[in-house]
Amino acid sequence: MNYVIIGNSAAAVGTIAGIREIDSSGKITVISDEKYHTYSRPLISYWLEGRISDKNIYYRDPDFYEKNGVETILGKKAVKIDTANKSVVLEDGLAVPYDKLMIATGSKPFVPPMNGLDKTHYHTFMSYDSVKAIRSELKSGMKVLIIGAGLIGLKAAEALAAHNVQITVVDMADRVLPAVLDTRAAGKMQKHLENQGLRFILGTSADEFTEHSARLKNGVKVDFDMLIVAVGVRPNTELVADAGGTVERGIITDVTQKTSLDDIYAAGDCTVSHDISSDSDKILALLPNAYLQGEVAGKNMAGRETKYVNAIPMNAGGILGLHIISAGSYDGEEYVEETENTYKKLVIRDNKLVGYILMGNVRRAGIYTGIIKEGLDLSEVDMDLLKEKPQMMMFGKKRREEKLGGIVR
Amino acid sequence: MKKVYVNEDWCLGCHLCEFYCAAANSGAPNMIKAFKSGKTPVPRIQVEEGSGVNFAVQCRHCDGKACVKACISGAISIVDGVVVCDENRCVGCGTCVLSCPFGCIVFDEANHRIQKCDLCVKNHDGEPACVQGCPNRAIVFEER
Repeated sequence: MNYVIIGNSAAAVGTIAGIREIDSSGKITVISDEKYHTYSRPLISYWLEGRISDKNIYYRDPDFYEKNGVETILGKKAVKIDTANKSVVLEDGLAVPYDKLMIATGSKPFVPPMNGLDKTHYHTFMSYDSVKAIRSELKSGMKVLIIGAGLIGLKAAEALAAHNVQITVVDMADRVLPAVLDTRAAGKMQKHLENQGLRFILGTSADEFTEHSARLKNGVKVDFDMLIVAVGVRPNTELVADAGGTVERGIITDVTQKTSLDDIYAAGDCTVSHDISSDSDKILALLPNAYLQGEVAGKNMAGRETKYVNAIPMNAGGILGLHIISAGSYDGEEYVEETENTYKKLVIRDNKLVGYILMGNVRRAGIYTGIIKEGLDLSEVDMDLLKEKPQMMMFGKKRREEKLGGIVR
Repeated sequence: MKKVYVNEDWCLGCHLCEFYCAAANSGAPNMIKAFKSGKTPVPRIQVEEGSGVNFAVQCRHCDGKACVKACISGAISIVDGVVVCDENRCVGCGTCVLSCPFGCIVFDEANHRIQKCDLCVKNHDGEPACVQGCPNRAIVFEER
């Protein structure tokens, strides 16, 4: 079997793991337009912050490809899938034949049209090269303007805060991390970040850019020495769309991660997932989701039918020392507990836990995640203990013994 | 593969396993040095206490391996069946904490990383420290 993977991030690595679990000898070729050994995209902010070195940005050990029998074509862009001849055409015209193809092309920064932006030097925050470019221009005392207060924008802000620069973050939404946090939690996060010197201008957007300043729609003028556009991402779907595959907001796959095209699979940020916590289809641009989809796809590509059926949105991370973990849907009955430094929201619908936000104290959050993924009926747990904190004690003895490995005889 | 199991009927809730675990993984030669060095070492086993029932929980080295698959840095991997974390690669993002359905991964706040049970594979005592230290033999290390 001849497997070809376009992409070299989490979904690609998951695919390799899935294939190799079943097929130890088939040929695997990884194609990427980036020249690097597989690296972790979420680690670029830690690299820019200076917390990790070039060596530790890599997602797998240097001998990963060799150990897994993977050939690589790096620094060359795949420009076309020739489904008739079952090959991938590269930018230099070379055709790479496949029996099974994985599209793990991820996403690209979304830069909305903004007046004057085309004449302004700006950065995005998406790739190793993008943070290298930022690092090379960064100088102590600089004024940095970040457009976007989502996870990408705030991770960029966190990284830059370590370099003694003045940071202003602008977002059209009325709160920080609008996709992850509710209004209360976002307010706490914003206050935490403002206490550490970040400045936010929310509920407005840039009207016009000139070389070193932005005029916002609310009339405020923000001067900057460096501009970072971190508004969001868009899936890289062109290869599949051009080949006639079904693409909506992202590439559509079935539960085995197969696209509408024969022998072509897709995984990661370029695809649409089914979120079981809200029973809706959406793009879940999250590293764990990419890996899990890739792994399932890899097994199917190698001939073992496997399904991926329990995707949910989820996020973990801290911004300047304040941890957040959240998962699932926020549509349902809410249980909220709040202190000055912590926030907890549990969301219950149809007697099931469907979502949560933990901030400040995020210990053992995965117990909640597990309950959401399992779709556990809450009549099976002690509700007071569920609300108190994530703990195995909330399950009955029998279920706990099943989970933890049985009784000592 | 041998793993650590806890009999909740026998667990006294004394938390000694947490101290033995923290000390064994602190790098200090003994319990006193581990706790008197200025930094409080982090246990990788956690005792839950309830009304009339107590038990300790630690990494199940489970089949799902949600933490390994979720890890954004490649720090968590499987070595000879044991789920281990490379402390030098961990950035403490908590994606494994988000993912572990047993709540078995703990933050090591002081060092911006996580810690998890590795069955004391580096401690060369044959039997994990929590198992050795449990006064009521509620924690066992065995094949099931």
